Formats: sequence, C-alpha cells, structure tokens
Amino acid sequence: MEALSFQQALQQSILSANLIPILPEILLSVLAMVLLLVNVFAPAGQKSYLNYISFFGIVVTGILVAVGWGGHIESFSGSVVLDNFATFFKLIFLVSAGLAILIADQYMEREGCNHGELYPLILFTVVGMMLMASGTDLMTIFLGLEVMSVSLYVLAGFNRGSIKSNEAGLKYFLLGAFSTGFLLYGMALIYGATGTTRIAKIAVQVGQMSLPSANIMLLAGMLLMLTGFAFKVAAAPFHMWTPDVYEGAPTPITAFMSAGPKAAGFAAALRIFLVALPTMQVEWSQVFWVLAVLTMTVGNITALRQDNIKRMLAYSSIAHAGYALVGFAAGNPTGTAGILFYMLSYSFMNIGAFAIIILVGKKGESNGTVQDFAGFGVKHPVLAVAMSIFLFSLAGMPPTAGFIGKFYLFSGAVQKGYIWLAIIGVLNSAASVYYYLRVMVYMYMKDSTEEFDWMQLTVPMALCVAIAVAGSLIPGIVPSFILQFAQQAVRLI
Amino acid sequence: MENLNGYLIISAILFSIGTVGVLVRKNAIVIFMCIEMMLNAVNLTFVALSRHLGNLDGQVFVFFIMTVAAAEAAVGLALMIAFYNNKESIDVDDMNLMKW
Repeated sequence: MEALSFQQALQQSILSANLIPILPEILLSVLAMVLLLVNVFAPAGQKSYLNYISFFGIVVTGILVAVGWGGHIESFSGSVVLDNFATFFKLIFLVSAGLAILIADQYMEREGCNHGELYPLILFTVVGMMLMASGTDLMTIFLGLEVMSVSLYVLAGFNRGSIKSNEAGLKYFLLGAFSTGFLLYGMALIYGATGTTRIAKIAVQVGQMSLPSANIMLLAGMLLMLTGFAFKVAAAPFHMWTPDVYEGAPTPITAFMSAGPKAAGFAAALRIFLVALPTMQVEWSQVFWVLAVLTMTVGNITALRQDNIKRMLAYSSIAHAGYALVGFAAGNPTGTAGILFYMLSYSFMNIGAFAIIILVGKKGESNGTVQDFAGFGVKHPVLAVAMSIFLFSLAGMPPTAGFIGKFYLFSGAVQKGYIWLAIIGVLNSAASVYYYLRVMVYMYMKDSTEEFDWMQLTVPMALCVAIAVAGSLIPGIVPSFILQFAQQAVRLI
Repeated sequence: MENLNGYLIISAILFSIGTVGVLVRKNAIVIFMCIEMMLNAVNLTFVALSRHLGNLDGQVFVFFIMTVAAAEAAVGLALMIAFYNNKESIDVDDMNLMKW
C-alpha cells in the first residue's frame, strides 16, 4: 500500500514537472556549461569569441523569455511559475547581463585577467536571478539566491592578481553568507508559523489568522527575512559592504552587480511580501518606510564627498535602492510598477555610465577619479554627451527614464498617504544632482592637457553605449509603453 | 513533541552565538565557522519544526541548505587563499585597502 502511494506520488510529481517555465534557465545553464568546456580546450589568448557566444545566448534567451509574455504556467507542483512578473524581471536581468558582457572583454583584456570562466559565471548568475524571480516557494527562492550569490562572490574576486579585487570578493563573501543566515532563519520561522514553504499556501495560512502580527514567530520570521533582503539590495543600515565591494570588483562586474542582483533581490522580496504577507502590510511597510529614508539619505550624503567615481556610483547605487524602497513601502500597484520600471531603466543608465568609466580608465584601474574626466567633453564630444545623458538620468531629470521612474515611485508613496516619504525622496534626489553634475562640470568646464589617446572604442563597447543611451532616453520620452508592461506584470502577482 | 520549545531555544542560542562571533572575531576562517554555525542553527530549527508539524518540507530544506553551504565553503576558502597569496594574512583587519 505504501509502495503504491509512493509510486503514485512519484508519477504525480513527474507529471507536474512542466519544463516550459524554466526553459530560459535550462538554456542558459546548458550554454554556460558548454562554454566552460569550450574554454578548457580553446587555445589561450583567443577567448574573445566566448564573449560573442554568450552575448548571442543572452539575446536568444531574451527572445524566448519575451515570447512567454502573457502566459501563466505553474510547474513543479507550484514551486516555479511563469507569469508576467517573472518575465519582466527576467528581461531586466538579461539586459544587465548582456550589457555587462559587452563591456567585459575590453576591460578584462586590459587588466590581464581575461579568463574564459567569466562568461559562464555571469550566465550562472543570471540563472540564479531568474529562479529568484520565478520562484513561488521559499526553497526555490533560496536556491536561486544562492546560485546568484556564489557566482557573484567569484566574480567580485575575479581579478586574482589584484589585491583590491581579492578583498572585494572576500568581503562580499563573508557579508553575503552572513546575510543568508538571517534570510534562512526568517524562512525557518515562517515555515514554523505556517507549516509550509509555498508562498501561496503561506498567504492562505496567514490570511486565516485573525491577528497575524500577534504571532511572534511569524513576525520575527518576517523581520529576519526582511533583514536578509535588505543586505542583498544594499539598504542602509545593511549597506556597509557595498562601497568596498563595488570599488574593488572589476568594473564590468560592478556594473552588473549594481543592476541585476539588486533587481533580483527586489523581485524575490516583492513576491514574498506582496503575495505571502499582504495581511501584514501595515507592519512591513513601516519598516520599509524607515529603510527607504535611511538608505536614500546615507547613500546620497556619502556620495557627495567621493572622488573615486566607482565609489561615488556605489553610494549612488545605495541611494537608488532607497528610491526603489519608497515604492516598496507604498506597496500599491503604482509604487510596485514603479520599482519594475525603475530597475529596468537603472540597468541601462548605470551600466552605460560604467562603460564610459571603463573607456576613460587605464590599466590597473587608474584614472578613475572625477578629476580625471577634465577635458573629456572637448576631446570626445559624442561620448561625453552619452555620459551626460546617463548622469542626467541617474539624477532624475526630465526627459530621461530616471525622472519617470522616480515620478512613479514617489506618486505611489503619495497615493498611499506617505507624503513625507515622497518629500524626503525628492529632497534627496535634489541633493544627488550635485555629485552627478560635478562630473559634468569637470567634463565640460575644466581644461586638461590629457589627449585621451589611450581610449579605444571597440564595437561591443560602442554597441553597449548606444543601447544604454536608447534605454535611458526612450522610456523617458514615451513612458507609457514600458509602464503598461510593468503594470501588467504587477497585476498578476 | 512537547519539547519543541527546547529545540527552538537551543537553535536561537546557537544562532546568536554565531552572529556575535561574526561581529567580534577577526580571523576570516573563524568568521566563516561562525556563519556555518548560524546555518546549522537554522537547520536545527527546520528539523525540529518539521518533526513538530509532521510534514517533510523542512527536512528537504535542510538538505538544500547543507548542499549550498558546501558550495559556499568551496568558494569562500578559495577566495581566502587568493587573498592570503597577496597579503600573507586572512585577518579582517588587514582588509583595509578600501575603507571597510
């Protein structure tokens, strides 16, 4: 009798394993493993084509993901889902990974660490992020998070010869693993309070409680999980690792880390908090209110006094996580659609800015201060205009994508009644203009004897800058196009 | 199971010891051991709760945590070796090239 039921259960689980929702993940994992093998047998010094193959793989996966728009398929007995929310986030991850791959080759060649493992690792990171976005079970989300994090630890320390990169990798590893502990403890307590790890079932269980916040186990689990996610998206006061890791990691990886994994953290947190714990919104939105204010303020104020431009963008990335948290605190469709929109446009503008930093930089990560941009606007007018667009978009000026994104995030907060939160956000945004414009002042108004003759604008680099310019301008000029997708995406979760 | 609370308290204590250890110790390997202790405290919580609730989800979760912890250990120790090769130390106070 028991054997039969086991057999039945096995049959059932095999039948429920629909592979279509995880087809993009399968494709990318297979590609990454093939590339690892190819890398072993390829002659040394000819690794650039790995770059093209992985970019091509990203594009194909992107098409595959986009085809799934509008579908709703659950698989693996409800632990993975294909819905618009997951699809939108998967496209964000693919955009950030694709752009990072385009700028990686030149940088890695210059720094002398162009090992072929870079591209498979980036692809594995994307697989992890995709699982986080489509996971509907705490287990799947945890696994996705770890696939992402473990690959990122290696990527941050990728430049083995550089002590700064070693330091970045080790710091990221120690603090990342530490935060995983909190996240897991939170998951364990939520499992204890509800008896399940499925997000939909948690929602049912929590919905049946008359006063969920009186359940200490549930409340503690929620707060611990919130701490874990706050670490992952670099929200203050859990942001201490961010500037060091972003400064030390190879620049293309920094660009990637500040866009993709941050969006992945938001994807998983949004699904857990909005789907599983909507009845506790009063509790968690207060916490997010405080986190948002702290994160924006700390990020912007410390960014004001940075001279190293990578470090400045690291603090600015903390501030941007704060803006996204404003939408999270609001927790209404406008605010959450704003997060999706903002994360997409942030990927474009931030990676674009990092591409210019790579172009201006010299071997050994020198030439990376704000002052080194002096005279850039005269010597390279086109690239300087591109950089100005990225900086304007980061500062949130119209008609760029950054402006529209912030507009929706803050109007979500106003709709929810968090007037003060929106005011603090706008003030912060105004303060951030100072450090972004400072770069532009150096570019256009300071003279320099530098000829910038070491710069080589390769084809992938130019392609990345062009895509990034388009991505930071078009959503700002015709916002409704992207925004309607973002709104559809949050409607279904 | 009557003594569920006992197990939960033990694992909470283990978790706290691990957390404090991460914050006060200086050697990267010891910090990593403290993190492992936090993860094992979580495992204990999961197993105790799984037994108490009478469903196996929690025990399956533990397997995943153990696997992931092993992968993390491999990557983490490799990063420590890379750092040691350049700096001849794995003391977190020596990770001072950038402001910690």
